[in-house]
Parts: sequence; structure tokens; C-alpha cells
Amino acid sequence: MDITELTVHELQDKLNNKELTSEQITKAYIDRINEKEKDVGAFVTVCENEALNEAKKADAEGYNGAFKGIPIGIKDNLNTTGIKTTCSSKMLENFVSPYDATVVEKVKQEGMPILGKLNMDEFAMGSSTENSYIKVTHNPWNLNKVPGGSSGGSAAAVSANLVPWALGSDTGGSIRQPASLCGVVGLKPTYGLVSRYGLVAFASSLDQVGPITKDVKDCAMLLNIIAGHDEKDTTSYDRPKVDYCKALKNDVKGLKIGVPVEFFGEGINEEVKAKLRQAIEVYKELGAIVEECSLNASEYALATYYIIACAEASSNLGRFDGIRYGYRAKDFTTLKELYTKSRTEGFGDEVKRRIILGTYVLSSGYYDAYYKKAQKVRTYVKKQFDEQFKKYDVLLTPVSPTTAFNIGEKKENPLEMYLADICTVSINIASVPAISIPCGVDKKGLPIGMQLIGDRFNEETILNAAYTFEQKIKFRENYKPEFKKD
Amino acid sequence: MANEDYELVVGLEVHAELSTKTKIFCSCSTEFGADANTHICPICTAMPGALPVLNEKVVEYAVKAGLATNCSISRDSKNDRKNYFYPDLPKSYQISQFDKPLCENGYIEIEDDFGKTKKVRILRIHIEEDAGKLNHNEFTGGSLVDLNRAGVPLIEIVSEPDIRSSAEADRYLKKLKSILQYIEVSDCKMQEGSFRADVNVSVHKKDKPFGTRCEMKNMNSFKSIQRAIEYEKERQINEVEKGNVITQETLRWDDFEGRTFQMRDKEDAQDYRYFPEPDLVAIRLSDEYIDNIKKSLPEMPESRKQRYIKDLGLSEKDANFLTNSKAYSDIFEKAGTICKNYKAVCNWLNSDIARILNEKELEPEQIPFSAENLAELVTLIDNGTISSSIGKKVLDELFENPREPKKIIEEKGWVQISDENAIKEIVLKILKENEQSVLDYKAGKDRALGFLVGQAMKETKGKANPKMLNEMFLEELKK
Repeated sequence: MDITELTVHELQDKLNNKELTSEQITKAYIDRINEKEKDVGAFVTVCENEALNEAKKADAEGYNGAFKGIPIGIKDNLNTTGIKTTCSSKMLENFVSPYDATVVEKVKQEGMPILGKLNMDEFAMGSSTENSYIKVTHNPWNLNKVPGGSSGGSAAAVSANLVPWALGSDTGGSIRQPASLCGVVGLKPTYGLVSRYGLVAFASSLDQVGPITKDVKDCAMLLNIIAGHDEKDTTSYDRPKVDYCKALKNDVKGLKIGVPVEFFGEGINEEVKAKLRQAIEVYKELGAIVEECSLNASEYALATYYIIACAEASSNLGRFDGIRYGYRAKDFTTLKELYTKSRTEGFGDEVKRRIILGTYVLSSGYYDAYYKKAQKVRTYVKKQFDEQFKKYDVLLTPVSPTTAFNIGEKKENPLEMYLADICTVSINIASVPAISIPCGVDKKGLPIGMQLIGDRFNEETILNAAYTFEQKIKFRENYKPEFKKD
Repeated sequence: MANEDYELVVGLEVHAELSTKTKIFCSCSTEFGADANTHICPICTAMPGALPVLNEKVVEYAVKAGLATNCSISRDSKNDRKNYFYPDLPKSYQISQFDKPLCENGYIEIEDDFGKTKKVRILRIHIEEDAGKLNHNEFTGGSLVDLNRAGVPLIEIVSEPDIRSSAEADRYLKKLKSILQYIEVSDCKMQEGSFRADVNVSVHKKDKPFGTRCEMKNMNSFKSIQRAIEYEKERQINEVEKGNVITQETLRWDDFEGRTFQMRDKEDAQDYRYFPEPDLVAIRLSDEYIDNIKKSLPEMPESRKQRYIKDLGLSEKDANFLTNSKAYSDIFEKAGTICKNYKAVCNWLNSDIARILNEKELEPEQIPFSAENLAELVTLIDNGTISSSIGKKVLDELFENPREPKKIIEEKGWVQISDENAIKEIVLKILKENEQSVLDYKAGKDRALGFLVGQAMKETKGKANPKMLNEMFLEELKK
């Protein structure tokens, strides 16, 4: 038995039956990391000793039937005391947070060993993890391909069995797109379902923390751990607690699925479209009612997204000024020079590009034409989603217009890179939840993802729809990453 | 053209620190004077990922200030980010309010230069956070950042340009300060920076439209605000007289030099890139919430003033003097209730106490002794234990080293001589030593009596009971 092949709910069974100890599980993952990390490059920091100590502690206390002793990986923009939180940036290369993010606190309260911090595009800005200052992450299905981004380290680590599951963050697709490219499950919760406290902010009104897992059941379980109101984040909602595992009914009879035609147009790869059409047929067979519908506002979503996200980022990243923590330039004579040099040397190109864009759209004279207009479009997009959810329970779309692309292929062409988010950004703009699950592979054997979008705070419906599909096609039993080097 | 041909226009932006126990977006203490960087946390030091949570007390206090200044309160308000870089601003943006302030369109009433009541309109009151402090290090030459003050709640109160003289500006500020103190939302200590004002000044020839305004900063007392306005008025009139155009600029007042210096002109005006704060939800206030705050407002200066005139028989002038400062008014009420001689307490406050405060450049809040001490002083005079001239010496002692007045007069041996035999002995001695005065008095020069009493007081170092002395002299002179 390869322990690292098991899902978390399978690990739970083994722990319950005393077939495995937490130490054995954690050790298996450490061994796997030692074997495969050099090929994948998913980690910024590996916490071998800390994780093993936590596992031993869990074993000594005895398994509690929940998540005690089950290890996890954390995206490197979630604050962890005692472990560096770099955001894959030179700016925070040596930064250790004085406090834990709320989601990290929850993971620690469960008694889960943290295997390490996972690579990402710098400050979560990117769709390939190539914008990491720390290292390049390779797609386990083909090491010459990108894992997607920005949570590329998290998705690659789950896909390559370097962690049983991981936390990511999603501002415009940063959980779903890498999950799709790496053939794993990723969920972006409704804005406000999960606390953002301690998530290093990229775009405050769009950021959400979410699970990246091997299957849908694990996804529901990790969501159970992290969801809930936090008084430290006033944008998190105070709602009754839901057990998302109970939503997994393996039944979609009568479920109304809308397929927005705009997501199947030009720019979407034919193989991706074909696989999605097959998935639609699967749903019909399972008894769901599938109809074409229209979300034409999504045409404006990408532009709206880049205006709002960059505007907020330009302000959020102002705190990295070289004064209190983080990178400070060596040579400066004036305050202005201290600022300029520290930020010029500490930030990478993509971060600087977005700060400049964001500063521009907020400038007096341009504010109305860009930021204000984008806010109006955002309201319009939301309204259109609301209307669709009066008719449908779930909307079905691709996640990524293509399967994983080559490392270096789009790095020098930011606009093309931005198009990688075309199917995911409108979900963040509308604050609704969406899950990405694998629905097949292309001719090259690279995974293709399907996105199921739900109404606000209706994670249960999309989790059940995803689970039912997963049970039918059994992707994990049929396809595995092969660490190809073609 | 003479200065009288010009009209001065002043508008004021007041920043008052709210006296909440904790900061506006975190639970750090707002206490003044702690060791550097001891009242800080991940939120007010802008650690990555930290989020603000709005302190509800701040909203309550700002609404109180709005209601006390006749503002309408917005049911629907929000916070905005004001972006700029400075080492005392850890997030590199200040959370403030831009286009939806909590309170709008109010006014307060002041006396104009002709003794008439006038309304100074208030454009808006909004909530925001204070920045930290930079301390220049004389040894290393660098600057050290102290973030204790970062995140202390402020309200900014912006007046319309309704003020026409530096004296009016002074009355406006003092009235505003007293209102904020009455409703107990700010202690308004200028010396601790919890009450600060920026001043916008312009001049124009009478019957002409308003001139271009300049903004002045860095005045740290009421006096320096008045001086700065006078200076700037003169400067602008001179410029206009020379045929020059006033350009919009921000000026720094130098109190030592008694002049302003340019900080920045319109060209390098900063673009703050205001936008709605996405980390905070909108502020929605119900009518019930606002009504409850309205009901909780304490008695305001205007109503106290009327009560002093009607119930305590004070003159309007005295009532104005007392109620313009909450500190005076509070000490007056407390001391008056104890000694039952309101008039005497009022007289002490508006003559000797006000004079001493002025000499020492102290604010009424800084009176070092208690209302009980003042009440005792009044009682000791009223029951003849000491004379009023000894009373003044007791007051000096109270300022130097506050303690019970009874103890002071015991220590100093200042108890009044009221013994009939002792008084008679003194009177006879003085009469014997001043035969000429006795003759003068008998020749009809009444003034001679005053001289004799004065001599007797001098002899007893002011301790003799003046009433008894007077009577005894008259009795002896009749003989």
C-alpha cells in the first residue's frame, strides 16, 4: 500500500482501524517529498521535524476520529508562526509572521501536522507559478508544463502526492485553474464563507481561501474545517454551520444545470470543449436537466477583474515599504530612495506591473473611467448571475481555456497569461462559489477540468454535483500523473 | 488701500482624538505617554494579512459629536482608503471617510466680534485613524517610528468658511472644544495633540468674490492659531496690494519665528487615490440607534448657561465664561454645591484662577487642585477664618502644592485675628502712631480711616479681621 496514494477519508479509516499511525503517514509524505520535490518544486519550505513532532504528539494523544494527525500543506501566503511566509517574493524572503492566519489556527487546533509551505506566483499574481521568486514549480503530469497558478505549488503537491491535501487562495482562479491543470479538486468558496484574516492580501474584495484535494469528499471535509465566521474579518459572514459532507448524496436527478454559451466560444481549446460536452452527457444520463443559457456580462469580467484586483493590490502592497519588515534596499540616502529602491528590488515584474496598473486606475481623473465603471460592471455581473440562479442550480463551464502549457510559453506575454483566467474571474467578481474537478485528459494525457458554479453560500449543491460526477467517471482510478519529461 | 477694505475668510479643519479605551481598528490601548511601540499589534503595525475591525464606540462618539453640533447623521456610511507613503503610516493608507461621512451639515453658535450670536456651519464630521509618530534620534541622526498612536481614533470636523476674524476663529475652536468635552468624546488636550486645527485663510476686497485660500498647519496652541491667522492675513493683503496673485499652497507655521513657510504648492498636491475600503463592511445606522444616542447626550453648555442665569442668579457674562469651558463649569458646580456660595466660586474662577492659568499658560483642565479645595477656601473666608487677602495667598499655595486649605493656613499661621481684645490693642497702637491721620479724620477727611485700617492690616500681615478693624477704628475715633 502506498500511503500517499490515499485520500484523507481513506486515511481516517486507517487511523480509526489502527492500521496506520500519524507518524507513519507523515513519514510517508516526508519520504515522498524527499523523492519527488526535486522534480516538482512545489515547496518553499518543508517542515520535516515540526510535522513529525506534531504527528508523534497526535499518536500519543490517540486518534480522535476527526483530523488529528492528518498532515496538510499550506500556500505560502497564509501566515504561520514559526515558519516563514514568503508569498514567494524577495520582499518577504525571510519574513516570519508574529501571528497565525485564522485558517492556520483552525488547522492547528485540529492537530494537523503542517508538512510545509507551498510555492505560488509572487503575491498570488499569476496563472503559472512562474512568477515565484523562490523556484519554478513543474506539473506532475508533464514536468515541462506549468502547474497553473497562483496556487501552483498547492495543486502540484496534491497531484504528486507530496501532501494529502492543501490550502490555497483564489482571487481570480488561483485555486481552480491550477487544480484543473494538475487534475485535482479545488474549491473557491463564496466570498465571506472563509476568514481572510492572515491571508496576505492581494485583492481584498475578491480573495478567498479554499481547499485543494484529491477528491470531492476531502474537499467537503477541508471546507468543514476552514469555513465559518471570524470576528477578526468583518467581511466574513455569520451563518449557521453546515456539514458539507452531508451534502454528498451521489444523486443529481432533477438538478438543473445551465451551460453558459459564452464559455464555449472562441479561445477555448476544442479538446477542452469536447470533454466538457461529454461531461454534460454524463449529467444527462444521471438524470440532471441541462440547458444552454447566457452570461454575456462575463465578456466584461476579465477587464473588470484586472481593474478592481490591481486597484486593491496597489493599495494592499503599499505596506511593503522596507520600513518595518521585509526587504530593505542596502544603499539609500533619502526616504524616497529607501522606498523606491526597496520596492524596485523587492518586487518582481508582474507585481510591479499590477501596482502600476492599479495606481493608474485609481488616479484622480481616471477613477471614474476605470475603477468606478468597473464597480458598476461588477454589480451588473452579479445581477446576471443572480438571474441565472433563479433558473438553474448549477452553472457548468470549463476552468481553463487550455490544458497545461509549457513553462516559459506565456511568461513574456502578460496579456496572453491573463486570458488563462477568462473562465474563472467572473466567479470572483460575482462573489459566488465554484469548484474545479477533473473530467478527463487531452490527447497528450494532460488533465481537463470542469467548473461547477453555485449560488452564494450554496457550496452544498456544487459539492454534490461534483461528487456525483466523480463517482461516475472515477478519474483518479483511471488517470495518474506520470512525471513525464518529454 | 487700507486693511479695513479687506475681508478675512477662515475655515477650520479640526482633528480631535476620541477618548475611546481602544484603537479604532484593533484592541490596543489608546493611552497617551506609554513607552514607544508598547501599544501595538499586527493590525496597527500593518503586518501582512492583518485586517481592521471597526470599533463601534468610535461610531457612537462621532455620532454624539454630530448630534451635539446639529449635524444630520448618515444612515448609510462607509470607510475609504487614503493612500500615501510615510513611515508613520504603516499600511501606506489611512482608513478615513471620503464621500460618505458619518455627519453632515451642522453648525455651532458663537459670538461674533460685535457681540451678536452667529452660526458657523459645519460641512462634515468623519472618522479616521491617527498616524504614528516619528522621533528624530539625535545620536544616530535617523528617525525612529513609534506606532503607539497609529490607529488612535480621530474625528475630523470641517467648518464652512464662515469665520471672519482671528478672534472668531478662537471662539469657534474654544466652543467646539467645550462641546466635545461636555459630551465626553474627547479630552481635547492641545498639549498632547488630541485637539489640532488646520486653518484655511483667504482675503478679498469687500463686495468682491472670495480669494484663493492657503492652508496652514503646525499650530499647537489657541494663541498660535490666532497669531498665524493674523500673520497670514497681513501677508495675503500685502501680496494683493503689490498686485501679486495668491496661489493655493500649504504653509507650515513656525511659532518661534512667528511666520509661515511653504510646505507644498498646488503642483505637488498629493493624489490620495481614495477608494472604498474593501476590508470593512458599510456602516448602517438605524433611527433607533441614533435616537438612543440622542437621549444619552448630557446637558450642553447652552442649557447650563441658562440655568446659571435663571437659577443661580449669575450675569450672562459670568455664565458665558463658566460654560465656555467644561472644566470651569464642572469645578464651579461641584464647589458651589459644597460651599453654597456660587457667586464667590464664580468670582474666584473668573478673576484670580483665570489670571494665574493665563500666566502659567495652562488650560482650565490643568487646574491642579480639586473643587473640594476651592469650596473650602470660600467657606474659610465666609466664616471669617481668613480674610480674602489671605485667601489669595492660599490660592497661590493651592497652585504650587495642592492640599487642604485648612492645613495650609495652619502650617503658615494665617488664621485671622478675630479676638476683640487683640483687635483693640492693634487699633490703639496704630492710632497712637498716626496722630496726624486721626486729626485729618476729625477734620472731615474720611480717607484717613482707610489709611489707618491699611496700617493695621500691614501690622498683622493681613490676618486681622477687616470688618472688626473697621468697626473698632470708628468706635475709637468717635471718642
